[in-house]
Amino acid sequence: MVKRVVFSGSGGQGVITASIILAEAAVIYDDLNAVQTQSYGPEARGGATRADVIISREPIHYPKVLNPHVLVCLTQEAYGKFSGIIRPGGLLLTDSKFVKVERKVDARQVELEMYGAVMAEIGNAIVFNVCMLGALIGLTDLVRPNSALEMVKSKINPDFLEMNEKAFGIGMRLADSHK
Amino acid sequence: MKTNIKFIQGNEVFAKAALYAGVQFYAGYPITPSTEIAEILSEVLPKRGGKFIQMEDEIASICAIIGASLTGLKAMTATSGPGFSLMQEAIGYAVMTEVPLVVVNVQRGGPSTGMPTSVAQGDVMQARWGTQGDHSIITLTASNLREAFNMTVEAFNLAETFRTPVILLFDEVLAHMREKIIIPGPGEIEVVKRLRTSVPKGTNYHPYLTREDGRLPMSDFGGVHRYNVTGLVHDMWGFPSTDPKVAYDLLHHLVDKLENHAELLARYKKYYTEDAEILLVSYGSSTRSALHMIEARRKRGLKIGLLELQTLWPFPRQTVRRECDGRSHVLVVEMNMGQICQEVKKAVSEPDKVFLANRIDGIFISPVDILRALNMIQGKGV
Amino acid sequence: MAVKDYLRQRFFPQIWCAGCGHGIVMGGMIRAIEQLGLDKNEVVLVSGIGCSSRVAGYLDFHTMHTLHGRALAFASGVKLGRPHLKVIAPMGDGDALAIGGNHLIHAARRNIDVTAIIMNNSIYGMTGGQTSPLTPFTKRGTTAVFGTIDHCFDIAQLAKGAGASFVARTTTYHAKEMIKMIHDAINHKGFSLVEVMSQCPTYYGRKNDLGAAVDMMKGFRDGTVRKGSKKLEEHPEFVERGVLVNEARPEYVSSYMDLIEKLRGERENLEQGAASR
Repeated sequence: MVKRVVFSGSGGQGVITASIILAEAAVIYDDLNAVQTQSYGPEARGGATRADVIISREPIHYPKVLNPHVLVCLTQEAYGKFSGIIRPGGLLLTDSKFVKVERKVDARQVELEMYGAVMAEIGNAIVFNVCMLGALIGLTDLVRPNSALEMVKSKINPDFLEMNEKAFGIGMRLADSHK
Repeated sequence: MKTNIKFIQGNEVFAKAALYAGVQFYAGYPITPSTEIAEILSEVLPKRGGKFIQMEDEIASICAIIGASLTGLKAMTATSGPGFSLMQEAIGYAVMTEVPLVVVNVQRGGPSTGMPTSVAQGDVMQARWGTQGDHSIITLTASNLREAFNMTVEAFNLAETFRTPVILLFDEVLAHMREKIIIPGPGEIEVVKRLRTSVPKGTNYHPYLTREDGRLPMSDFGGVHRYNVTGLVHDMWGFPSTDPKVAYDLLHHLVDKLENHAELLARYKKYYTEDAEILLVSYGSSTRSALHMIEARRKRGLKIGLLELQTLWPFPRQTVRRECDGRSHVLVVEMNMGQICQEVKKAVSEPDKVFLANRIDGIFISPVDILRALNMIQGKGV
Repeated sequence: MAVKDYLRQRFFPQIWCAGCGHGIVMGGMIRAIEQLGLDKNEVVLVSGIGCSSRVAGYLDFHTMHTLHGRALAFASGVKLGRPHLKVIAPMGDGDALAIGGNHLIHAARRNIDVTAIIMNNSIYGMTGGQTSPLTPFTKRGTTAVFGTIDHCFDIAQLAKGAGASFVARTTTYHAKEMIKMIHDAINHKGFSLVEVMSQCPTYYGRKNDLGAAVDMMKGFRDGTVRKGSKKLEEHPEFVERGVLVNEARPEYVSSYMDLIEKLRGERENLEQGAASR
């Protein structure tokens, strides 16, 4: 079992944090191997940003992702840049506020109103990434939902814990309707 | 949660390993992609009674750690290409004065400012020959974070054992990637303490008189033995000399103390080499792509193996010759224009069988890149 | 102890030219250290490269003869490494102000407790008489045979501006004054700098028709005035001697040790708290 995931969006959306939480949850709670890499440099400070995660039972050598099983795009720019690399039969997750899906790819395309739900129910965009992570966990079996949630808890300032748990739950709920 | 299992970034691993090895002093200057090492140590060292200082540039950084090392502290700095260039004169001073220290160079695209956030392995020769004059140096690397931990501890151990600067030549991919690592417990890896002189107060201490076993016990600045340290050719007292015999002996000592132990210093790993007709030779993060490609090809019956070099300098010539000779092809995988490939060619019996699979464009070399090179040298076309 | 007890006789004869001012400065350093009653084992001399830098090797302390311009960077590592040591950096004007200018201003800015003794002879002596950043406008050197069009630094003003908390200036003519200044500089807690104008009859004197060593020293006598002297108003071209800056400011290593104590103290308190619970 090897799962390759690419998160993409713009700097400040928290896609890198989300990628670390996913990979770390796999290692710490699900006893799997994982590697995480990310794009560095000026693009990580506002432009298109990308983080790669590989999760596997076996040791992982090559740490980058060429053709992901799962691709998350949180901006139109990231979608335009990366939607072509998805592995046939993979999963493409986008946020319907930020991404207008323009073409068919040979993948399961899931458009969720994650940002909209977060703003409506919590009113703070800072937990958008955790909501996305909840949705991703809900749509896949990358890690156990509890593992991801535990990881969120261990990373987050306790003052914001409730908000994050709620965001994660919103993501799971949105995913449910697409199962 | 098992607390010794971590999922952390390479730079954090290097910092943790340095602490494990007993680093007490860090001086540095911010530079991508090594800066996290400084950030972490600036926070942790004072909590442990150690010292961190952010200097005005990389020249000052390495000079400060040489000074600190002479006071008896295990000292290190970390940098990347441009900073490593600035440090070269003082690395030579540390070689000449035989001061133990560790320099981490997280390689990035060069020359000059190059590609600060892109991966490269172009500083291999600079690590060997960056400072002027005949000398030898130890340079270690690793391809995964557990081995990077081990090699970092090893770097401090070898620096103390041989009284020499040791270069840790990591790269952007290794420094920034996160992966699972089980942090070794205390005592799990040997940590070498500084060898100090047993010469008592009031008796002459010769700072540069080697013992019969070839080692040079040290005396801390501020201790009971006062002596001189100079970058000039010097005698056993540490006093400058222009005596040809003193110069000849000193240069030989500086080179021989490492080159004569090249095989003892050789750290390497072999993967699937026993029946391998084709051998890949790689080091650092490139190894990961080589191994990925090998495991995929093995499933299709290709007899292919890998020699991973962890010691780059002194170059493990005998090991390389032993492992490469008799193979149908040797393919060196690296992210430069053949810096180690040339060394492999010099080491083996049939240099015509040695080829290069490389990338120099800032893109991390992929298993497909290596396969393409392999197909080409086998005459299978691209 | 006698002055000769501080010398490493094995190292002699020394390399300075006849009439060079650097021996006077070395003598001043020895006398200052003797007056302070410092144990030889608590003194570290860190020098760079140049005529002045040879002082380190000649004296029986812990001594480092390092790289051109870098003495203060090495010295910072020694001082932070072992804060109880007295760290003194004998330097030349080219060493300290050209190649080492960056380290000088940053050591001053940090106010690290190191004493820089700058032997200013306005020339690169070791390499044979090239102009330095302390060669005055129009004066000659082997790289400015028509007179330099560079302007020179005022070391004291530079150090002051960079944050040095003790700055003094004197000359080799004023040997007793120099001993007191070096004494006070070493005693000062913080970055201290003593500029000693020193004669180089071999190069600077000869290239600029300044006569022999004694003539050059007379020049120091006649061309300088004590700080605050009325003469300075009439003759602004005179160079001011004296302690020009002496103020108490937080010192770098002390601040660092305070930080360690705070961090470790807090940790210990936490542990005590946990145990009592």
